[in-house]
Amino acid sequence: MKSKASAYPYLVWMILFIVVPMALVVVFAFTDRSGAFTLKNLEGVGQYSNIFLRSIWLGAIATAFSLLLGYPLAYIVARADAKRQNVLIMLVMLPMWMNFLLRTYAWMTLLEDSGIINRALAACGLPRAHMINTPGAVVLGMVYNYIPYMILPLYSVLTKIDPSVIEAAQDLGADGRTVFLRVTLPMSMPGVISGVTMVFVPAVSTFIISKMLGGGGNLLIGDLIDMQFLGSAYNPNLGSAISLVLMVLILICMGIMNQFDENGATEGGVMV
Amino acid sequence: MKTLSRFYTLLIFLFLYAPIAVLIVFSFNDSATMSRSVWSGFTVKWYARLFQDGMLLQALRNTLVIAVAAAAVSTVLGTAAALGINGMSRWMRRVVMNVTNLPMVNPDIVTGVSLMLLFVAATGLLGGVSLGMASLILSHITFCLPYVILSVMPKLRQMDPNLSEAAQDLGCTPARAFFRVVLPEIMPGVVTGLIMAFTLSIDDFVVSYFTSGTTQTLPIFIYSMTRKRVSPEINALSALLFAIILALLVVINVRTARQGRRAEARKEA
Amino acid sequence: MRRIFAALAAALLLSAAVPVSAAEELSSAAPAKTQTGVTINVYNWGEYISAGGDGSLDVNAEFTKETGIRVNYTTFEDNESMYSKIAGGGASYDVIFPSDYMVSKMIRENLLQKLDFQNIPNFRYIGKDYRNPVYDPENAYSVPYSWGLVGIFYNKKYVKEKVDSWKILWNEKYAGKILMFDNPRDSFGIAQKILGYSYNSTKIEEWNAAAQLLEKQKPLVQAYVMDQIFDKMSSGEAWLAPYYAGDAATLVQDNPDIGFAIPTKEGTNFFVDAMCVPAGAKHKREAEAYINFLCRPDIAAANMETVGYSTPEPEAKKLLPEEMRENEIFYPPESIIKKSEIYTSLPEDVGLQVDALWAQVKMGGAGQTGTLVAVLAGFLFLYLAIVVRKKLKRRREVSPPR
Repeated sequence: MKSKASAYPYLVWMILFIVVPMALVVVFAFTDRSGAFTLKNLEGVGQYSNIFLRSIWLGAIATAFSLLLGYPLAYIVARADAKRQNVLIMLVMLPMWMNFLLRTYAWMTLLEDSGIINRALAACGLPRAHMINTPGAVVLGMVYNYIPYMILPLYSVLTKIDPSVIEAAQDLGADGRTVFLRVTLPMSMPGVISGVTMVFVPAVSTFIISKMLGGGGNLLIGDLIDMQFLGSAYNPNLGSAISLVLMVLILICMGIMNQFDENGATEGGVMV
Repeated sequence: MKTLSRFYTLLIFLFLYAPIAVLIVFSFNDSATMSRSVWSGFTVKWYARLFQDGMLLQALRNTLVIAVAAAAVSTVLGTAAALGINGMSRWMRRVVMNVTNLPMVNPDIVTGVSLMLLFVAATGLLGGVSLGMASLILSHITFCLPYVILSVMPKLRQMDPNLSEAAQDLGCTPARAFFRVVLPEIMPGVVTGLIMAFTLSIDDFVVSYFTSGTTQTLPIFIYSMTRKRVSPEINALSALLFAIILALLVVINVRTARQGRRAEARKEA
Repeated sequence: MRRIFAALAAALLLSAAVPVSAAEELSSAAPAKTQTGVTINVYNWGEYISAGGDGSLDVNAEFTKETGIRVNYTTFEDNESMYSKIAGGGASYDVIFPSDYMVSKMIRENLLQKLDFQNIPNFRYIGKDYRNPVYDPENAYSVPYSWGLVGIFYNKKYVKEKVDSWKILWNEKYAGKILMFDNPRDSFGIAQKILGYSYNSTKIEEWNAAAQLLEKQKPLVQAYVMDQIFDKMSSGEAWLAPYYAGDAATLVQDNPDIGFAIPTKEGTNFFVDAMCVPAGAKHKREAEAYINFLCRPDIAAANMETVGYSTPEPEAKKLLPEEMRENEIFYPPESIIKKSEIYTSLPEDVGLQVDALWAQVKMGGAGQTGTLVAVLAGFLFLYLAIVVRKKLKRRREVSPPR
């Protein structure tokens, strides 16, 4: 059944709801309130370069932590026996299905100066730590919310590695460390790339996490865009310009990521 | 090494579940000042209050209606699309797939903002219409479609392309050939797509935030709760949601385990 | 049996007739016919209506009971977010509650509809001082809902000194324990009062100076919040927070450690929140019925008693408990009110500048366009470098050097 006709309704939908909105963003980015062409919005974006840098920096740190913390767990689960694996993966996915806002909100209770962690520290006689409303809290929120998106692709890829390849390497005299560095790690690259993409993109563009855990003084790109459309500084043209720059940035980052994916094993960044 | 792995796994799970545990524990907190971190006694009054809240129930109803509608439409539309795309020329397919990937690759906030611009322009043209359930359902379908398509495509490619033709040679109409031969083959992909679409729609906040107008979905309602004076009702809501999800996952797991065992038993027989 | 029934029916008819004829003063029967089964969208501040908790009246439910009109009640955090939603969010609300300066801004931009006061007979209860206000001189677009002053909430356990000046919010002793408003007018207003400027200055230098003062304060600020201060103050997380006087009804009453004071040295902001109908509203009659209902003295009293803000209706004030009426926090003396200033809407160019300055303050300083271009160029360069290197590697593999 090779007819293309069944895709026509979708093509119409695609053009109407994906292409046209993007075009509108571009149009708004290059016009002002009265509809005239202008480059002022893009200039305005330049003023917020601090925010871009901060978002990229925090997003990168969060991604790195997710990778460092998530890879070992994925490795351990992939090595477990089949029945255990299912249960463990289910336990990893469970928090992901809880509402994102509630999970972030819960960290507020834990991190506040008069919150649970500090109370526990005080009870043990240790000094209190100021954790909430800092960039650290924002990174923690990002890692917490997005680490399952790192663990799942890694797990998926690690379980597909043919054990006979590992055995062959061991037969050739490689020790545990070499096996990992020379065989497992390169073969799990598609998963790493998938995971990194799926964590970096939402981390860079979040606004809830920075609003709740950052105290309004740690603005990220997402906060900025929100302010321009539904927040305290209404300016849809500037907001569109910021969105456009964000999109370009992400496209370039993904381009860089895809260069490491030799075999095109990742299909559009979805977990296989 | 084994104990190290166990310790590490435990640590990670502690990290993942600590906030949720705190939320649940403090949903039973009988505190006059509605404190979130000081325990003063056990009560279930926050749960009772939750069920009395008309706005919450309305938001819940909206969320479910939108999720069901979006999942249904995106599954049908997406499956049809996957079929059609499979039959396209290589060049055309690449273009379509690249555009399809856009909502997935784009940050949520850009998708939300672009759809908001579209709907506001549309309401300007159509006059008198405003953002609400309709715009929400349309937006949800839009971001669910790529996931459905990407779930069905691999199954289509795995399937033998001659199956449908063979069915037609044997006398089926093209439609019958689809429903009797192709669909069962790609069913796992379709089901995965359906479940993903439903889950994504229920939990979506960012896109809904921009396209909801005056309607409230559950995540939007929760967000507005966190921007005001805090009430442990939020904790009660979290605890309930967690219990429901846990129950669902256990049921699914038990069923797949049972199916697996039955399949194995059949193999041995 | 039938006689009892007839008697009951007669009694019912009589009792229905009595309120209509006798109690015209306190009836809320609106002259215009409203439809039942309609749902109106009401957009109000958070924690700003009596919602039925702790034995108080659920005003929205009462309204639905009396008129059959359902209320879809949603909340916003500050005037600017409400404005963004109305101006650009495609949302169709029927009743909104902007503050003074926002009312005049929205009138100027044709975002509000003129009200038909035939449908709001309870307007007669609004005190004379609140009619024809400076933000709506012809009183055609708004009906006042509440008024109040801005002051400082402080935790008596940690703040031992007298709170009579805004400068205490810049005191390094309380670093990390200070909250600030998460909206431009209120935050800038505090800085402006310290510098001795008017809230409604059109001089850009004065706004720049205020922004610099706020940037100096930023390291001491725990967070920029609105209604989240309830939680942070009552848990002791923060010790100082400027906010609206009415909220003392919640904070000070429930928590003996928290005090409230109005900085008498520099003076403060006097605000009025009003009820308006946006230009695109679909149910104007029903919206006006809602506004009318809220103006009924017993309803207004119920709202203000729960919320704590001050009512513009003398009749409603009489219905409040004595501790509230006599309390200087909610009904301050003339001397303090005289020193206060109301916000007016700023001209458009000043407004845009203020928005940009606000983002700058929250961001911690302006950036340079050059930096951003450099960053993007850097990424692009990295991408191209990797692509080129790969191409070269492949070419070398295909034709190995001899």
